[in-house]
Amino acid sequence: MNEQQGVGAKGQEDRRIRMVERTMRMYGNEPHALIETLHTIQESYGYIDTDLMRFVSEKLGVPLSKVYGVATFYHFFTLKPQGEHTCVVCTGTACYITGAKNIIDEIGKQYDIKPGETTSDNKLSLLTARCLGACGLAPAVVFDGVVAGKQNPESVNETIRRWFEK
Amino acid sequence: MMIAKKISQIQTLIIDGKEVGGRSDETILQVARENDIFIPTLCHLDGLSEYGGCRLCIVHVKGLPRLVPSCTTLVREGMEVTTNSEDIIEYRKGILSLLFAERNHVCSVCVSNGHCELQWLALKLGITHVEFPYIYPKMPVDATHDRFIADHNRCVLCGRCVRVCHEVEGAHTKDVMGRGITSRVITDLMNNWGESNTCTGCGKCVHVCPTGALSEKGKSVAEMEKRRQFLPYLKRMRERS
Ligand code: SF4
Ligand code: SF4
Ligand code: FES
Ligand code: FES
Repeated sequence: MNEQQGVGAKGQEDRRIRMVERTMRMYGNEPHALIETLHTIQESYGYIDTDLMRFVSEKLGVPLSKVYGVATFYHFFTLKPQGEHTCVVCTGTACYITGAKNIIDEIGKQYDIKPGETTSDNKLSLLTARCLGACGLAPAVVFDGVVAGKQNPESVNETIRRWFEK
Repeated sequence: MMIAKKISQIQTLIIDGKEVGGRSDETILQVARENDIFIPTLCHLDGLSEYGGCRLCIVHVKGLPRLVPSCTTLVREGMEVTTNSEDIIEYRKGILSLLFAERNHVCSVCVSNGHCELQWLALKLGITHVEFPYIYPKMPVDATHDRFIADHNRCVLCGRCVRVCHEVEGAHTKDVMGRGITSRVITDLMNNWGESNTCTGCGKCVHVCPTGALSEKGKSVAEMEKRRQFLPYLKRMRERS
C-alpha cells in the first residue's frame, strides 16, 4: 500500500491493517482463517486489493491462486474496482448516523453511480465499507486509499471534483 | 502393539448385469475399469484426487433418485449399477456439447488435434454436431512463459492442472477463479504465467491437460502429445516414502 496518510487521519491505515491482522490471529494465523480475513478486508477497506491478497497469502500460508480463487468466487467480495479513482464511503454505525447516506446520495446525484459502480468514463468508482476503525472521525471517507475524517457532501464533492479537473 | 489397519472389505455388486467384486474403498469407476466396462471420464485422472466436476462419468444406481458420478461414488454390497443406458448416453452427449459450446474448440488449428481427450470423447460418444449455440467468448492466451502456453479458449475447466500442481508438484500455482461462466484457470493472483514466482516450470500441468489449453511452445498444429506416465509412478513413490 503506497499511499500517504490523510491530513487529520493519522494512523488510520494502520488501524485497518490491524483489524485484518486481528482476524488472522483469532484463527491462529491458520489457512482456514482465509474467508473470515477476506471478510474483514472487504468490510474495512471496501474492496480487496492485490497487495492485501499477497499479505494474507503469506501470513496464512495459503497459495496466491487459492486466495484469488476464493476472493472471486463469493459475490460478497469486491476486487479493486476499474475506476481510475476510488471513493469508499464508510457506512458503519458511527458514520451512518453522522451523514454517510447524504454523502452517497450526493455522489450519486453528481456522477450518476450507486455504490459498487464505476462511472462510464472509468474515472470514479464508488464503494462502501462497514467500518474503517476511524469512528472518532465520523463520517469517514477514503479517497484513493487515504482516509479523510469529518466529511460532508460538500467536502467530498470538492475532492472528487479535483480528480475530474485533471 | 499392533496398529489396527483399516481393512477394506470385499463387496459384490452388479454392473451392467455382470456380477463383479471390489474393495469397499474403491469407486464404481475403478471397479468398472478393472472389469473392462467403459465409462467416459474427463476430470478424473489416475494419480490425482477425484474432483467430480465434469459429470461425464455419471451412472445409474438402482434405488437412487439421481444419476451419480462413478468417480466419486464408492461401491457397496448389493449395488446394481447401469453405466450406459440410452438416457445416460444422451446426458453425456449433452454435457460434452455444452463444453464445446462454452469456449472455442476449433480442432483443425489446435496443437492437440488428434491427441485431444475432448475430441476423442466426442468421437467415441458419437457427437457429430452441437445443438447449443456457441458462445464464442474472447478468451486470452497467455504466452508469457518461456516454454509453455495457456490458451483459455480450449480449457474445459477439468481442474487437472490445478490438482497436479498442488498435489504432486506442491506449488499450487494454478487455481480456478470466479464461478459459473466467469470461471477461469489462473496463475497466482491472475498474473502472467511467465512472471510467476511459485511456478517451478515442471510442466506437469501441461502434460495432464486433456486438451490444447496447455501446451509446450514451438509445437504446431497436431504436434502436442501429452505424456502422463510419470503420474502413477510419482504417486506410488511418494506413498512409499
Ligand atoms: S509448470 Fe509445474 S509448477 Fe508451474 S504451474 Fe505447471 S504444474 Fe505448477
Ligand atoms: S487448462 Fe487443461 S488441465 Fe487445466 S482445467 Fe483447463 S483443460 Fe483442464
Ligand atoms: S463506522 Fe465509520 S469508521 Fe467506524
Ligand atoms: S470423471 Fe467423474 S465427474 Fe469427471
